[in-house]
Amino acid sequence: MISILVELSAGVSSSEADRDESVQQKPDEPVSSAPIKKPVVGASGAGSKNEIRLELNGITKIYPSVIANQDVSLKVRRGEIHAVLGENGAGKSTLMKMIYGVTKPDAGEMKWQGETLQVENPAHARNLGIGMVFQHFSLFETLTVVENVALALPGNPDLKQLADQITEVSNKYGLPVDPQRLVHALSVGERQRVEIIRCLLQSPKLLIMDEPTSVLTPQAVRKLFDTLRQLADEGCSILYISHKLDEIQELCHVATVLRNGRVTGDCIPSEETPHSMASLMIGKDLPVCQHEAPAELGDVRLRLNGLTVESDDPFGTSLQNIDLEISSGEIFGIAGVSGNGQQELLYALSGEEPLKENEAIVICGKAAGKKMPDARRVLGMGFVPEERLGRGAVPQMSLAENVLLTAHAGGMLNKGMIQVKVMNQFAKRCIEKFNVKCGGENSAANSLSGGNLQKFIMGREILQTPKLLIAAQPTWGVDVGAAAFIRQELIDLRNEGTAILVISEELEELFEISDRIAVIANGKLSPSKNLADTNIDEIGVWMSGMWPGAENSEGQANA
Amino acid sequence: MSIDLIESILFATIIAGTPLIIVALGQLIAEKSGVLNLGAEGMMAMGAIAGFAVTFHTGNPWLGVLAGMVAGALMSLLFAIVVLTLMGNQVASGLALSIFGVGLSAFVGKPYESEILETVGTLPIPLLADLPIIGGPIFNQQPLVYLSWAILAGVAWFLYKSRPGLLLRAVGESPSSAHSIGYPVIRIRYMATLFGGAMAGIGGSFLSVFYTPLWVEGMVAGRGWIAIALVVFATWRPFRVMVGAYLFGGVMVAQLFVQGSGLEINIPSQFLSSLPYLATIIVLVIISRDQNTVRLNAPVSLGQPYRPDA
Amino acid sequence: MLRLEARAEPSQLMSYASPLLAIVLMLIGGLILFSALGKDPVEGFRIFFISPLSDIYGVSELFLKATPLMLVAIGLAVGFRANVWNIGAEGQYIMGGVAASAVALYFYESEGPHVLFLMVLAGSVGGMLWASVPAFLKTRFNTNEILVSLMLVYVAQLAVSWLVHGPMMDPDGFNFPQSRMFEESALLPMLVEGTRLNAAFLFALSALVVGYVFMYRSFFGFQMQVAGNAKDAARYAGFSAKRMVWIGLLSGGGMAGIAGMSEVAGPMGQITEHVSNNYGFAGIIVAFVARLNPVGIFFASLLMALLYLGGEQAQQYMNLPSSISNVFQGMLLMFLLGSDVFINYRLAWKRG
Repeated sequence: MISILVELSAGVSSSEADRDESVQQKPDEPVSSAPIKKPVVGASGAGSKNEIRLELNGITKIYPSVIANQDVSLKVRRGEIHAVLGENGAGKSTLMKMIYGVTKPDAGEMKWQGETLQVENPAHARNLGIGMVFQHFSLFETLTVVENVALALPGNPDLKQLADQITEVSNKYGLPVDPQRLVHALSVGERQRVEIIRCLLQSPKLLIMDEPTSVLTPQAVRKLFDTLRQLADEGCSILYISHKLDEIQELCHVATVLRNGRVTGDCIPSEETPHSMASLMIGKDLPVCQHEAPAELGDVRLRLNGLTVESDDPFGTSLQNIDLEISSGEIFGIAGVSGNGQQELLYALSGEEPLKENEAIVICGKAAGKKMPDARRVLGMGFVPEERLGRGAVPQMSLAENVLLTAHAGGMLNKGMIQVKVMNQFAKRCIEKFNVKCGGENSAANSLSGGNLQKFIMGREILQTPKLLIAAQPTWGVDVGAAAFIRQELIDLRNEGTAILVISEELEELFEISDRIAVIANGKLSPSKNLADTNIDEIGVWMSGMWPGAENSEGQANA
Repeated sequence: MSIDLIESILFATIIAGTPLIIVALGQLIAEKSGVLNLGAEGMMAMGAIAGFAVTFHTGNPWLGVLAGMVAGALMSLLFAIVVLTLMGNQVASGLALSIFGVGLSAFVGKPYESEILETVGTLPIPLLADLPIIGGPIFNQQPLVYLSWAILAGVAWFLYKSRPGLLLRAVGESPSSAHSIGYPVIRIRYMATLFGGAMAGIGGSFLSVFYTPLWVEGMVAGRGWIAIALVVFATWRPFRVMVGAYLFGGVMVAQLFVQGSGLEINIPSQFLSSLPYLATIIVLVIISRDQNTVRLNAPVSLGQPYRPDA
Repeated sequence: MLRLEARAEPSQLMSYASPLLAIVLMLIGGLILFSALGKDPVEGFRIFFISPLSDIYGVSELFLKATPLMLVAIGLAVGFRANVWNIGAEGQYIMGGVAASAVALYFYESEGPHVLFLMVLAGSVGGMLWASVPAFLKTRFNTNEILVSLMLVYVAQLAVSWLVHGPMMDPDGFNFPQSRMFEESALLPMLVEGTRLNAAFLFALSALVVGYVFMYRSFFGFQMQVAGNAKDAARYAGFSAKRMVWIGLLSGGGMAGIAGMSEVAGPMGQITEHVSNNYGFAGIIVAFVARLNPVGIFFASLLMALLYLGGEQAQQYMNLPSSISNVFQGMLLMFLLGSDVFINYRLAWKRG
């Protein structure tokens, strides 16, 4: 087996024998002064090719409001890329947290390399050889890459040597990163590389990747897969959490499917069809949207004239000269990797960050750049933000009260006093029409599942019959059934003449519902293309900032 | 203005600024871990009465300082339990601590109101104390002044050169990330909070044992709040805390300036006394305008409760 | 071991029960305190909590002391709901009293209802002006309103000290730091003969009603609640954050100012350095204990007033300093903040 030999001057390098032997000892405190172990990625010591590294039997985890995992069992072998497949809310993340020691199961047992044990905490997991790359990174923005990596290592590593190690590992696995940069200056893709390198430096035997591709361009996904295959060839086991069937088919040897916290089956992805895997994942076929060709386009509902916004957030992206036109009866999709200006664009569009130039944004023919969100709604704009709790809805308030947030112009106010009956009626209508599963219009917003809350928020905006609807990440974190419902609602709305703008990081979603598509990168907007005239790969390339006509002096976009 | 007057103004400025440095550094450490403890005024008040009472009964001012430190730490422990374990609102709990601390100190201190302690002399550093102008004010000072410099150096080293300090900053920046990596966020915050309380206690006892060796209800007079503002003004950087503290110290002894300048203006004493508070407001306005610097230096999780997973 | 476990949804029961729990804990704390001071706890309890209410006069004193607390608390509650932290109510109270006194002294020779009317106006304007400083600095420069409003408390105390030693001092007063006693026309009418309870009490009650309607039934009140719960949602909805800062601070300032006026035009009858008995801070505690709810404010004000009266009794009959009231008040608040945890969490036995 290939191993990396990295020079270390300080400390004694302990042999792998220390690692492989009994793991029953109490884990060290992370800040102890244990000698720095030589990171030997991939050298997994003695053991048969098909040795079972990790075994879970009957794992159960119950929270007050939901059963996250029920009686889950699976086996992961050496050098195996093992998918854990399931839709949002199926219990995948919770399971991984237990393997990594962030939480503990209420029942069941876990065996690591044949020994039954319980992982006490993440430091213990790392000592055992388990590494985890989180979906929402666990990095510290105001610290450098080296400092971030150092925090995940035991003892007090010398930062200079660590920087050299980081460079070696990053070169070996094709994950370029500069150790001295502050994390806040890194793109999302680069941050993920830091997370991965941080794990690799501890020579993991098991690497857990939680939804790693949601922040990557298609090309970056390919590169990541190469890295993962290289690691697997060296003997590292990989647990790959995802809900994307095509990726799992491309990459993974074996898959365990979770639904509603239980295992519904195991399979070998390369031998399955999307249909059979979908049945395991959601019990039926993946729903497909009815998307006929658009009718005639009507008047222009949204026009952006050279929209330019200086971001005053030191970690933000400035928008540069964005031109855009969206007409009645079409769905316009904007793709892009997170961190390229989507937030700033949305704040400018919704009015949460009003502009100095009134004419830069024109809604239904009226200049609106300076207007606040409620004034823009009067012009006919509806807006569904990407954050549900805390922005689209107030968590502690009831659904009825949350209606007041944006729909108050519809007869719910009389001389400044709230008309409770009108408000309740609207809420009831919304719940019924959009199939929102909840305890009635008086139930608190934070008691709904992600999918149901999103349906409610979307419904609230749609019921106001907007002339222009802007939706950000409309089906992020939403279960498959609700996602299909929402996408169909958007298409139906478009058929009735509303102009719709969807900004999303999920290319599949945009390709499913958009009529025209463009890309935002580095705060600039690409030219748009009809969906029929392009494909995922071309858009993937554009997402790096490289579309015809773009000045490449900026270099690659944050990919 | 005579040389003597300049020297005494410098001397008074440094002394006046010293409790602010100590308390603010304690606040800084607590805030760097993400905990906003608005109870500084109450902790200082308890430190002051504890220090006074113990010194009065034992005759040993150093035991008094120790008692003050313990009192401050105990008060901060109350706060820490409510805020870190019981997840109470940090702003409200800090206010409660201030109100409680000031009230309790007034109550406990009633019998001591007419007592006076022996003044403690200064501690000259040989040779350096004889330097012209600055020798007296800087090198022939109250011992706690030297202590404040030592604490400053210690805090700066801790935060930026040590591993535990790196950890503290990480916790304040993103407690959930620190938790994911496996660090005991709550425990670290407890320790940072207790340190803040201990420092507030020392600062308070300095007032009642060394600065004006007597006890009067309300003698802390808002210094705890000024120390909190000082941390914001210094954008959470230790050396700037010292600069700010001496600036405030200077404002506090403004009366000396006025008398020394020989001006015949009859400025009411209340106006001069109000200068530190007005100065605090001005300083806060100035620093709040620079949102960029604030964003880069303020601990991101400051004031947010941390709820660990089940 | 015993752990705190998150509830599936907040417990309505505990929302009401937690202030009661806090009161019980405070009482227990008080009993321990009395014992620690060498006094008989039961006797202490009787003197502190029961004896102030033993006659009509005592009850009228209770309502009298509760009045400024109600005014301050309802004004603050409006702001607190929107996360606008007006901590300087004490200073606004003082400046309201100062402004009202200025009017009373200016119209010293006058008779007629206009004097009182102007005093009320002056009181509220004085408080609002004092509160407008943190409001302006917050909306214009994003300066923390807690620290600014608090600093102004100290400035207000110094200002009133200067005034009663100088411009407002009674020329026939033997150089005592106090103003003239106000004339009849500058004093609030009495409600009950033989007591000191005055019309301000009725005003406070109506303020509670208005506050209720504003907070729970008006769209403005809704906007402020949203801002306090989820400020990104308020921004998303287009609710003006600046407007809410102004409303939040001015309502607190105005009410505190009127409370200050009711003190100088009521039991005090003049202005001195002791115009405030920490009512500004006590009002904050009342607002919290009452959960920002007007009905709760009514009862919590009575409780807080009882703590003040109890302190006075303790001073007279138990030889304890009257600052024991502050100790009780502080304890009450801390216990409340601690008991609140049970709204969202419960105790459970967890393995290992």
